[in-house]
Amino acid sequence: MSAPEGTSRLSRQRIRSAWLFLAPMLIVLFIVAAWPLGRTIWFSFTDASLDLMSEAEFIGFRNYLEWVDFGDGEGAWYGLLADQRWWRSVWNTVVFATVSVTFETIFGLIIALVLHQQFAGRGLVRAAVLIPWAIPTIVSAKMWAWMMHDQFGILNDMFMALGLIAEPVAWTASPDTAMIAVLIVDIWKTTPFMALLILAGLQMVPEDIYEAARLDGVPPWRVFRKLTLPLIMPAVLVAVVFRALDALRVFDIVYVLTPNTDATRTMSVYARENLFDFDQFAYGSAASTVLFLVIALITITFIMATRMDLEGKRQ
Amino acid sequence: MRFATLRTLGFYALVLVIVVQAVFPFYYAILTSLEDGQALFEVNYFPATLNLANYRAMLTEGVFGRQILNSVFVASVVVVISLALAVSAAFALSRIRFRGRGLLLLTILSVSMFPQIAVLSGLFEVIRAMGLFNSLWSLVFSYMIFTLPFTVWVLTTFMRNLPVEIEEAAIMDGASPVTIIRRVFLPLMWPAMVTTGLLAFIHAWNEFLFALTFLSTDSQRTVPVAIALISGRSEFEIPWGNIMAASVIVTLPLVALVLIFQRKIVSGLTAGAVKG
Repeated sequence: MSAPEGTSRLSRQRIRSAWLFLAPMLIVLFIVAAWPLGRTIWFSFTDASLDLMSEAEFIGFRNYLEWVDFGDGEGAWYGLLADQRWWRSVWNTVVFATVSVTFETIFGLIIALVLHQQFAGRGLVRAAVLIPWAIPTIVSAKMWAWMMHDQFGILNDMFMALGLIAEPVAWTASPDTAMIAVLIVDIWKTTPFMALLILAGLQMVPEDIYEAARLDGVPPWRVFRKLTLPLIMPAVLVAVVFRALDALRVFDIVYVLTPNTDATRTMSVYARENLFDFDQFAYGSAASTVLFLVIALITITFIMATRMDLEGKRQ
Repeated sequence: MRFATLRTLGFYALVLVIVVQAVFPFYYAILTSLEDGQALFEVNYFPATLNLANYRAMLTEGVFGRQILNSVFVASVVVVISLALAVSAAFALSRIRFRGRGLLLLTILSVSMFPQIAVLSGLFEVIRAMGLFNSLWSLVFSYMIFTLPFTVWVLTTFMRNLPVEIEEAAIMDGASPVTIIRRVFLPLMWPAMVTTGLLAFIHAWNEFLFALTFLSTDSQRTVPVAIALISGRSEFEIPWGNIMAASVIVTLPLVALVLIFQRKIVSGLTAGAVKG
């Protein structure tokens, strides 16, 4: 959309005013985002500690990787990239993101398809589906922690009644099930968001396409695979990428539901632990920086790949 | 015919499963919050007792009431400030053609992808330097990182789709841009502002990482951190009844808001497609 035709003096004036209108927002974003990000990256190359931030000195890549020579020809690698616990949390994060986004997409698609049908009480069902999304993450984590309680939890009661498990499971405490517990809560909480985005995609598909397919007697499953799915694919992909970026930085659910366990510690939890609990401020900053790089890389790839319509030229 | 009936039955069974899984955990939290003492430790599927002791304990003892007010304050101020900044920025980004506009939008959008943890150490330094540590203003300030990109993005898209004609007359009359925003755009933008404002409110209400890091005393905390930190003297004395009562108190207003503004929220989420 272009500015209204006018004298060039007028349009120059408008351009000048544009920057005035943008300035407050840009200044705030600079102080809360750009500057702190720069400082985090800087801290990762220093020996900063929580109490002595201003006296931090540059130490190069030593927080990331360093060969320490013990003399007599022996030595060892130190730093983030040589830390087993860090790689374990990278692995946990990747597992969490992949599994949660996969299930959220599948369940979201099913719920979206159901909500796209005409049936009595659809409005109520849609309202009900929104409830998990409306509940704060911390509250969801606590609610499920109670439901998954090893002695008094209703989940064990249900599963034992159904014969799915023989004895009570300590869902959040046992290393074997801690990740499953985190995944269950996240999938429960975030599927509605996925369903809504996919539903919006479904509603964009013109009805007459289905009409034509019905007249030609195409079976429903083929209509879904050959017509619906390709048409909603762009909407699904956007939703998947946004969710994946969100899942890679997961913190709250893990921190509250399964504190302090190698089985679920994610990159964000690892970074915060080092920053504020272990007094390893610089080292934690290095972990934050790596997480940032990973997410930035994915974001840039995504924006390039989809050539996003930023100027609003295409409609 | 019998196949059709079977299919209808299957469909409604699926609908039932969807509704039950969505509603049950919250239902169970309410049920637990109404139980006290020994009743808590027997698994019930239906309400057995109706005991308000947990609510009374949360609201009269301790600082939970204060913490609710903290959350209300932070979320409301965040909404007001981010809407004010975003409307003015969106005006420039959508109605004025200037060089670098696309790049600027791209930058703003990419800020919304920032992992919060990536700015945490730098932001901690800024907040300490500004003397805001353990002050609610630290949250008002830091929450701009996720509310601003989102509100700017959605309001820019919305304003861009308003016809050129609406401001032409005002420009001809020599009205200043500020007047144009106030008199021409604001009255048209209420729907978009309500939607983005609500989403920003919910986001600020739920935020955990910054609230956990930038506040250090109980009376300053916001509700998500307060709930996360409720604990007993030992692992076996966690007051689940109290936790569930607190959870219900902070969630009911949100659920009500979301249900009332269902349509607006859904359209806002899909228009921005920028995280929930």
